[in-house]
Amino acid sequence: MRGARRCLPALLLLLAALPAQAGNLRWAVTTTFRNSGLAAVLLPAAQEDLGFGIDLLVVGTGQAAGLARAGDVDAIMIHARPLEEALVAEGVATHRREIMYNDFVLVGPRNDPAGIREADSAAGALGRIAKARAPFVSRGDDSGTHRRELELWQEAGIGTDARPVAWYKAVGAGMGTALNIASGLNAYVLTDRASWLTFRNKGALEILFSGDAALFNQYAFLPVNPARFAHVDAAKTARLEEWLTSERARALIDDHRLNGVALFTFNAR
Amino acid sequence: MGEILDGLGAAAVLVFTLDPYLVEISLRSLAVTLSAVLVASLIGLPLGAWLAVRDFCGRRAVVIVLNGLMGLPPVVVGLFVYLLLSRSGPLGVLGLLFTPWAMILAQVFILLPLIASIGLQVMGDLWEEYAEMLTSLDATPTQQMGTLLWEGRHGLLTAALAGFGRGIGEVGAIMIVGGNIDHATRVLTTAITLETSRGNFALALGLGLVLIALALTVTAAMHLIARNRGTHP
Repeated sequence: MRGARRCLPALLLLLAALPAQAGNLRWAVTTTFRNSGLAAVLLPAAQEDLGFGIDLLVVGTGQAAGLARAGDVDAIMIHARPLEEALVAEGVATHRREIMYNDFVLVGPRNDPAGIREADSAAGALGRIAKARAPFVSRGDDSGTHRRELELWQEAGIGTDARPVAWYKAVGAGMGTALNIASGLNAYVLTDRASWLTFRNKGALEILFSGDAALFNQYAFLPVNPARFAHVDAAKTARLEEWLTSERARALIDDHRLNGVALFTFNAR
Repeated sequence: MGEILDGLGAAAVLVFTLDPYLVEISLRSLAVTLSAVLVASLIGLPLGAWLAVRDFCGRRAVVIVLNGLMGLPPVVVGLFVYLLLSRSGPLGVLGLLFTPWAMILAQVFILLPLIASIGLQVMGDLWEEYAEMLTSLDATPTQQMGTLLWEGRHGLLTAALAGFGRGIGEVGAIMIVGGNIDHATRVLTTAITLETSRGNFALALGLGLVLIALALTVTAAMHLIARNRGTHP
């Protein structure tokens, strides 16, 4: 055990490399925000302008809401309006502030066995997939994308019983993992445009349906209520909200492009 | 095949350019797991020694439980530590959730039964050799435990290394309690998960190869230290 004693100074040195995180704002965001590369643009700029650190927790919308309800974060940014309004009504969040939007798209195999290219609405496209019993990958993780998908199935009048596992695969995973599985199974999948454009394992998949108003995808910022959780840093959260709705954020968000395609549109008021 | 070669290429580029991101997450992986191994050894090895020298009612049950917990599922430990450290949990006031300290705590829970069990195995065998002598010398239980810990040090190093091996490759628990925060709680395994989810397989595999190399290096280093001190594990 003398060897272990010898190694102790080196270990202490390593421990010193663990960052002191006290004072950092804790912000839960959805996977899109990171996977689109927007976090890598906005976060350094925000930290520089605001003069404090921000810890980004990248989770699904449902989990972000859970973190807010437990008081484990200072603010969240999610994309599921009914849930956002519920959080405000419960007193978990003080309010919701719309920041930016993009859209959902239906991705599937290039040869489009269900023929959704010709569909006249998003719900109609899902109806065609169900009719053809073509493989479809669902997030199944209570995320914003998953919630929207379930709304669309409901609109199409196709209940849970009409979606057997033979073709409907609820994978219970984040957007990237779900896209990997869809790519492997050559299946249809609902995804936000930014995640799709930045995904590197597209395989034989491509965007087959987009543009329906039902696929509009609004992101909103919700500060966790300091009246409920005393340790929440309301001052820093308010400054972040102010920054996210500033002209500087507008320029960064609108100018963030991948291969010339804009991924998000700023619409804070 | 192409993806695997790309992975090897990515690993080579990361290592030879001493990529700052790679260095940062590798050091954090090491710091978290080595700390957990240290704490788990400081508790687990004396516990193993105590179980080796003492016979008491229920000892067998304790040993069975300890052995069974060697396979403790990391994701369950992660969930438990998460609930413990959440602001709504019993230790929430400490504000440790999503910090490296939470990751160390979770790994201590995972490694402790493993290190204690292997330690008990090593020292239990030694006890058969030493019991008569130590009893005849009227050694106190503390002295007996000290003798086993010292004489069994080679085997105990293996126990600690087994713990290191389990901890360094673990992702289920530290993802939950650490949150995979860039520049704060991201380590090699959580970075691999992230790159895989981005479909960035080459970088994911590159990081994986670095992780394997790191585990081998640490194990080799521990063996070398032991050998230079004239003890062959």
